[in-house]
Amino acid sequence: MAEVTFWQAIRDALRDEMLRDEKVFVMGEDVGIYGGAYGATRDLWEEFGSERVRDTAISEAAIAGAAVGAAMCGYRPVAEIMYMDFLTIAMDQFVNQGGKNRYMFGGKTTVPMVLRTQGGAGRCIAAQHSQSLEAWFVHAPGVFVVSPSNPYDAKGLLKASIRDDNPVRFFEHKMIYGMKGEVPEEDYVVPLGRANVTHEGDDVTIVIYSMMANLALEAAGILEQDGISAEVIDLRSLKPLDVDTILRSVRKTGRVLLASEGCENNNAVTEVAMRINEHGFDYLDAPMKRICAADVPIPMSPTLEDACIPTAPRIAEAAKELVG
Amino acid sequence: MARATKKAKRSRKKTAAKTPAARALKREEKVHFLHQMMQIRAFEDKVFELLARDVLKGASHVYAGQEAIAVGACSVIEPTDYITSTHRGHGHCLARGGELDRMLAELCGKATGYCKGRGGSMHIADTSAGNLGATGIVGGNIPVATGAGLACKFNGRNQVVLCFFGDGASNNGTFHESLNMAGAWQLPVVYICENNLYGMSVSTDVACSVKDIATRGVAYGMPGEIADGMKVLEVREAVARAVARAREGGGPTLLECKAYRYRGHSRSDPRKYRTREEEDHWHSRDPIEQFSNLLVKTRAMTRKQVADLHVQVELEIAAAEKFALEESEYPDPSELHDDVYVGWKKGPMGLEKV
Repeated sequence: MAEVTFWQAIRDALRDEMLRDEKVFVMGEDVGIYGGAYGATRDLWEEFGSERVRDTAISEAAIAGAAVGAAMCGYRPVAEIMYMDFLTIAMDQFVNQGGKNRYMFGGKTTVPMVLRTQGGAGRCIAAQHSQSLEAWFVHAPGVFVVSPSNPYDAKGLLKASIRDDNPVRFFEHKMIYGMKGEVPEEDYVVPLGRANVTHEGDDVTIVIYSMMANLALEAAGILEQDGISAEVIDLRSLKPLDVDTILRSVRKTGRVLLASEGCENNNAVTEVAMRINEHGFDYLDAPMKRICAADVPIPMSPTLEDACIPTAPRIAEAAKELVG
Repeated sequence: MARATKKAKRSRKKTAAKTPAARALKREEKVHFLHQMMQIRAFEDKVFELLARDVLKGASHVYAGQEAIAVGACSVIEPTDYITSTHRGHGHCLARGGELDRMLAELCGKATGYCKGRGGSMHIADTSAGNLGATGIVGGNIPVATGAGLACKFNGRNQVVLCFFGDGASNNGTFHESLNMAGAWQLPVVYICENNLYGMSVSTDVACSVKDIATRGVAYGMPGEIADGMKVLEVREAVARAVARAREGGGPTLLECKAYRYRGHSRSDPRKYRTREEEDHWHSRDPIEQFSNLLVKTRAMTRKQVADLHVQVELEIAAAEKFALEESEYPDPSELHDDVYVGWKKGPMGLEKV
């Protein structure tokens, strides 16, 4: 198996799907000759041309809304919003139009589109270029939310998202575009709504996703030195949510730590905790715990940014307190 | 800048002269337009009555006064073309082929409605008839229409999109982003601004930077034209020119249709912001009166035939009311979770693959 970076995995998934289905096209700011702000559409413009790899104006509402319209007319657009923070401008189009059209119009239409976006902290680019806004979209009926943590999942999940008939918000963390991993060249998908147990353990379950899932593996290593065996569940999809896999683990460990880079208040993992409460309360040996970003606008200064978001040692610490 | 404007004007003139006007109409077609306009008016009168009697729940924004725009515009396009509609969308739905009974059923929240009762007045649309939907967000449909235009450009089937919206929406960012995109990509979309002079209560004199919204077309590299929205044939001619241009690869058009919203924004609106004199002025230019007078004058119809058509429409409305209120059921609560997702449905543990 070839070892490729995260951005290459995204690019290869786009390429494969564009070759497989002529209805798939890419649009967004600087996705053409520039190859995307984080390089995820590199070389596609050269191969497919400016019709199917469309550079757009800096018009996030029009990008998201045009994707909705094209999807309703038989295409499978993959629209890129350069930073997740800019989704605020595209929110109505994705959530109110794209997410609701099927239901609102009596189930007679579909909106098969993917809204790719990049987010997360780690580059000292402050409050409007570093957020993790998954919770906003998990809250919206009619849309799926997907968030890979590694190149293999990125390729397989993006293919599944493009082939899915629902609007999918696909979130890529800016700090893992350079991450390398083994990725098959042949066609495969990672189904939506299937979590992945990336580290097995018996003492505590860490439920996590995106870049943080890699930090959880590091945290599991730290915990191991302290004689604590952690099970790491990488959610991969925040919606649909794989409740079965989570419950299987909770039954085994009895202790749950939920982690996310989004702000703590009403974080997407709060919903996971509630599902565990509803369906797995009897398995719990201790109250669940969460570790999220502070409820502040992400600050620029490196010391403050670092203090704002969970790190591997802090995840390990929180898990340790839980096992106590 | 001045030079660019001049250039845009020149090219507008040239294209306008080149494109054909609407073809000559048969008598039945003209009668059909009058029939549709009467149906919309009678439908809206019925809606207002049912709201007043509290039979109809929810919000309804009625189209009375603007009938000529939806009817004239939709008369131009083919069944394979698309439209997008607004919160004031009953007229668009009907002009696009909607039937009175299923429309009224939708407003009543009945299972037999076009959206199974889930959309109601603000989202009334038959998406299977090329109506991509009515939105409750002012300006929310303009990017969607633009994307539909992109799909039309891609597929090479020579389709066009009619995007209806109001003067209020033309002050929203979505309007400006979308028209810029459509102008840059030369998409086959006709942006039809129904200027009824008020965004809810705020007059265009207060809210708009320009007197004529059509002039905004220049900013986005497309012709901006004005039509009398109280005259169905004038709207039809203007839309036909724009559609022909779009089908020839000439790109989008911004067409402003000047009209008037007879009723308040919604039922609770006392219309304090406008004078009765102004209302009287517009009523004296009523689109249905004007067109029926024209048909009589040109001997396409007699007065008696016009009166008979009114009676026929009253009967149609009565039948629709019977269908919606008496013969149709509310959706079963068990259908609450249907059709939110394709291929997934709510189960005991959350979403499950079907």
